[in-house]
Order: sequence, then structure tokens, then C-alpha cells
Amino acid sequence: MKRTGAQLIWEVLTREGVDTVFGYPGGAILPAYDALVDYKNIHHVLTRHEQGASHAADGYARASGKVGVAIATSGPGATNLVTGIATANMDSSPIVCITGQVGSDVIGKDAFQECDITGITQPVTKHNYLVTRAEDIVRVIREAFYVARSGRPGPVLVDITKDAQNQEVEFVWDESPIELPGYRPDLSALPEEFDRALQLLSESKRPIILAGQGIIMSGAEEELRKLVEAAHVPVALTLLGLGGLPAGHACNIGMMGMHGEAWVNTAIQEADLLIALGMRFDDRVTGDLATYAQNAKKIHVDIDPAEIDKNVKVDVGIVGDLRAVLTTFNERLKPQKREAWVSYVEQSRGEAEQHDILKAADDGMLYAAHVIDELRKLTNDDAIIVTDVGQHQMWEAQYYAHNKPRTLITSGGLGTMGFALPAAIGAKMACPEKEVWVIAGDGGFQMTACELQTCAQEGLDLNIAVINNGYLGMVRQWQEMFYDRRYSETPITSPDFVKLAEAHGLQGARVESLEEVAPAVTSSQGQPCTILTEFRVVPEDAVYPMVPSGKALDKMIRRPRKEPAIRQDT
Amino acid sequence: MLNPNEPIQRKAPQRQLHTFAVYAEDKPGVLSRITSLFRRRAYNIDSLTAGHTDVPGVSRLTVVLESDDAEARLIEANLYKLVNVLRVEDLTHVATMKRDLALIKVKANAEARPQVMQMIEVFRARIIDVAPESLVLEITGTEDKIDGLLEILSPFGIIEMVRTGGVAMTRGSEATTIHPHFVHARVPQDKNS
Repeated sequence: MKRTGAQLIWEVLTREGVDTVFGYPGGAILPAYDALVDYKNIHHVLTRHEQGASHAADGYARASGKVGVAIATSGPGATNLVTGIATANMDSSPIVCITGQVGSDVIGKDAFQECDITGITQPVTKHNYLVTRAEDIVRVIREAFYVARSGRPGPVLVDITKDAQNQEVEFVWDESPIELPGYRPDLSALPEEFDRALQLLSESKRPIILAGQGIIMSGAEEELRKLVEAAHVPVALTLLGLGGLPAGHACNIGMMGMHGEAWVNTAIQEADLLIALGMRFDDRVTGDLATYAQNAKKIHVDIDPAEIDKNVKVDVGIVGDLRAVLTTFNERLKPQKREAWVSYVEQSRGEAEQHDILKAADDGMLYAAHVIDELRKLTNDDAIIVTDVGQHQMWEAQYYAHNKPRTLITSGGLGTMGFALPAAIGAKMACPEKEVWVIAGDGGFQMTACELQTCAQEGLDLNIAVINNGYLGMVRQWQEMFYDRRYSETPITSPDFVKLAEAHGLQGARVESLEEVAPAVTSSQGQPCTILTEFRVVPEDAVYPMVPSGKALDKMIRRPRKEPAIRQDT
Repeated sequence: MLNPNEPIQRKAPQRQLHTFAVYAEDKPGVLSRITSLFRRRAYNIDSLTAGHTDVPGVSRLTVVLESDDAEARLIEANLYKLVNVLRVEDLTHVATMKRDLALIKVKANAEARPQVMQMIEVFRARIIDVAPESLVLEITGTEDKIDGLLEILSPFGIIEMVRTGGVAMTRGSEATTIHPHFVHARVPQDKNS
């Protein structure tokens, strides 16, 4: 059976179970797009910018657990993918990006729209390929999917020259296992490491589990719950780990890190044992490393050996798939009780919680926290929330209680503004039956607002909440706190978001007071088209608590208390 | 049991030159992937040499860089993350032979020549080119030995010099230090068995 290289791309994607791709056509990828017309089984979503395509593929992957696919042409098409690729790389999201490349005979000659995309993406992909012969396409794309989803997942880019797409070759589908001699993702832990970990846990009086995205990626939510309950250990979650253990679980104490709650960070600092599961001790999680959990022994479980001892030196490092590791661990674990410690951590919430803006007396102003809190009340546990980057992202993490995995999609590692809308398009394509909310700031939303038209063309029914405070809020907050309130280029104007939505053929609404929030949310839900609701919130609110960059984790800045006046925590 | 008031004491890391033997698939861009990794993770390479092995399609690189043992372990783990890297050996703490090769063009007119040749004799270097005003010599040996010769020759005037950077191999049939956690690939000699 003869096939062109272009057809082979779709043949392999079909066999990899791909039914949706995100992309943007162009010169060097023309043959592939021509062939696509005959592959009705694959739905192509035309984004308005290639960055949108890579974010959408990422959102698709995070919502579904499957590999997301983005397609672009050579040169600028390929470079526009890079931000999305780097975002996926930092958050270990499995995507495959296919780019067209100029003909192999003109590579290196600075041909029109030529660009060394494999060179450019080398540091931000798990692996990448340049394909110059049609006969390599099937093998390479199969390998790309395998590498992207196995081990620690990540983005893989396949750059295919135009002549390779045009060549005709015999199509042979080979289902034999992929052989990559230098790649073996199925690492497993050594038994003696379990012995040491179990011993440390049984000796510990004040242990704490730090759970990250690895829980969700390996599907270890149930194993985590069993561990937590059998060992009776409080659990703190990373931003990307939210949903790994239900927010309502008695042992879930909340998010850790720079904007984690005070009692969570204090508990980490006071612990005598940290059990880090599928997280990587990011600086936003640890604060100053020299003062981080100094009195604690540390156990670190991760699928990537290069994460063990990277930022925090640990006493026991266990390499392996988290679900497999926790299953083994749970089998050997004897039930334990730590009433004193667990109730101590629980009680330390006490006063800290009174700092919450939701508990403050109504001053007639609308705060972002109010919006998130209403969304929490009015959406069910299955709703997918896709956030952008900045203050609203942290408020979402603090106030929206995620009870299920894969219900929060956000750019954690790279912190990519403009991520939310295109990623939500991907999430909605992956889970069309689920309610999907975009929560974005006025700044980040404007970075990729062109994707509103993608929602229109696809007939998607997204719910978009733009939290508008007229500032690049998180940067403004840093300028307020650490740069003498010199607001350098942080005030930002916005278009009329209602008219913007309408110009795209969508619906828009504006909310300026607390009473309007709930009705606006409910009227957005369940509508057949995308509805953008702008929430005009207090301009100069800040995210509290906050650990200043480079400071010890428990030296956080607390929300200034207004009323009723109580003693300030130090 | 831990004393909660006493921070856990950890030894100050000792930095030294670490030598890695890296086996990689001989494919386009592999060297770039490896150097890109070192650049990205801010590891400073002291020297790097690459060449073919006895197995077609497999290259062997010798990488020398300064690090402590913990960082060396991370470098090893990161190298294994490259899909094209087959095997990494940290040769630092095992008995190895290390050799560097240098070609040195030194000023040596009729008057200076006997003195220069005497030095060459002592260092067991070889003369590979003779011209009226200069000599080119070849020396293999440890880095120290080559540094020593250079020091001796510099008063005569070194016109040009090129060094390969170190290559290394373990002594005897001793197995090298392979981290059991990372090893996952066939190594060249395995292919025959």
C-alpha cells in the first residue's frame, strides 16, 4: 500500500488513537494539510496563533491524560509553538508537535521560512526529531508518542521536511514494541529503599506528605488516600497537585509554598519527616533552601532520577512510577496513629483563617476571592478550571476547593501568561461533556484573546471569567511590596470585554458588585455558546499570605487585618 | 531518634574534577544535545572529547568537569535523560588511566635545539617535524606531565599548541561505577554476548 509521507503522518496519528489536533497551516506543512482532507476521523482545530495550538494540545493532554497534538508550519509557525512547548516541558505534559520544514535540499541555506526548530527546542523538549525521509515518518512519530507519554511525560517535536511529506513509500504498520536502546522509562525502586522509608515513617512523630502532580499523572490518587489514612499523615499539595487528594479530605491541609496558607508552611517547617511524592521542590514551594524544613528527614519519590537531590538533599530517594511505589509501600505499611500532630496542625489554622478576605466585613467592594468562592459554590466537582498566571491563579488555588484530579489546569512551572484560554479550548475538546471555566486576569487574557474566535468557529461553550483589576496584578503586588510602590508599566487598559466577546460572535457580561456574581455565573452555565464575564474587582488587592522570594517558608507576609481588629501575627 | 532542635549536619560538598565516559548513539545532533544539557544545567565543561567505538553506531565521549559527588550523580542522571545516551560511567573514584595528547610548535634555532631536544628526551615526547627555526613535538600523558613540559619549553618560545583534552579508561577488567538506578541500556561489549 503506497502512501505519501503526508498521509503517513495521519495514518500513524489515527493508529495512536488521535481524534483531535490543534494547528495552523502554512507552506512547509501544506502536503500534510492536503492529506488531512481525506482523514475525516481526525478533527483539526484551527487556532488563531500557533502558541494557541501548543497550549491547546497541552490543555487537552492535562484534561484527558492522553497525548495532545499540535501542528504548525516551518519558521515562524514552529517558533510560535515554542512557548507552549516550554510550558508543557516544565509541567511534564505529554504533547507531540509536528512541524513542517523546508525541503531537505535547502536545509542550511536560509531558505524562505527556514528555521532550526530542532535546535531551538532542544532544551525545552523531552526529545525531538528531524525527519528528511518518508520511510522514517512512521517509526519516528510512533517513537514520539511513546517518549511523550512514558516515564516522566513531556513534549516531543517532530520536524518533517516538505520533500519527506511528498515522497511516496510503502506503508507498513509495525506494532512491535518500540526499541530505543538509550531510553528505558520503567525504572523501579530498590527494596531496601522501601525498608528505609518505612522505618523513617514509623519513627516519625511529625511527618507531612508533600503531594505533587505526579499523583495525578500516574493515577495514584487512591493509593495516596490509602497511605494518608493508614499512616495518619497531614498532606500538603503543590499547585499542580491540587485535586490529587480531595480538598475536603480530613488530612488535606491545603496548598504549600509562596502563597500557601500559613499553617501549611509552618507545619512543613516544624515537621520531622517530609514525604515528597511526585513533586520537585520548586523554589516557589520551598522558599529559602537553607532554612527549609531543617529538622526533617526527607523521603522523595519521583519517576525522574534527576529530581532526587536536585534542590533538596534527601535521606531516601525512591525512583519509580508513583502508583506502583505507593502500592508496594501501602502493602507493607502498618497502620499508625498521630492524633497529637494531626490535631496540632489542624488547630494551627485557627486564627490564621480569620485573616481571610472572605471573613472580612463587607466593604462594598468586589474582591477576586468573592468571585472564586462563588464559582466554587456554583460548579460541581467535575468542572474543569483553567487558570492563567498571576494573582487570580493564586486566588483560584486558595479559594476553589478541587476535589477531583485533572480539574485544575494551570501553567505552574513556566508561569505562562496567555495559557488559560487556548488550554481551555484543548480541555473542552478532550472533555466536551464537562463544564469548563477559564479564569484569567485582564493582562494575560489579552495575550491570547484572539483564540475567542477559535471558540466561535468550533462552537465551543466555554465559560470565561476575566478578573479585571486594571493592573498586571502580581507584578504590581511585588512593586508595592518590594519596589516602594513604584508602579512601572503595571497599570494596563483593556478593551471593552463585553463588546470584544460580541465582536467574536460570543456573549459578554460585566459584573461590578458582589450581588451580581452568582447570577452572572449561573447565567453563563449551560449556555450553548462561549460567554465571557468580566469581573471588575478591587484594583490594588494583594495575594496573602506571601513568602517573599528567597525568604524562609514560615516568614510570610500576612493579610493586613481590618476588622474586627485583633493582634497581628508575626 | 532525631533531636528536633538540632539541624541535621551534612558534610560540605567537596569539589573535584570528575571524569565521565559517555556512550551515545552516533546520530546527528547528539553532541549538541549533550553540550546543550551541560549549558542548560550550568555545568562547566573542563574538557570534552568524542570518537567512535569498536561498535558501529556508538560513540564514546570523555567529559571532564568540576563538581562534587552529589552534583556528579545529577549530571549522570541528566545525561541518561537524553534518549540517545546509552550509558554513563563516572570514572572519578575508580582506578583509571587518563591521557591527554598535545602537539607543540616551539622555537628552536641551531643554538637552542640541543637544549630543547634534551627536555624532549626527559619527557618522552617525540619530534614529528623539524624546520630551521622550530620543532613540532608530540606528547601524550597526563595533563600534569604536559603542563610540566609546557612550562619547561616556554622560555624557548611556544609558537603554537593544540591539546585534545583528556580521554580515560579503567584499569584491568574491573567493572566501572555504574549507578544501578540509571543503567538501562545495552553497552557496546554487550552486543557481542
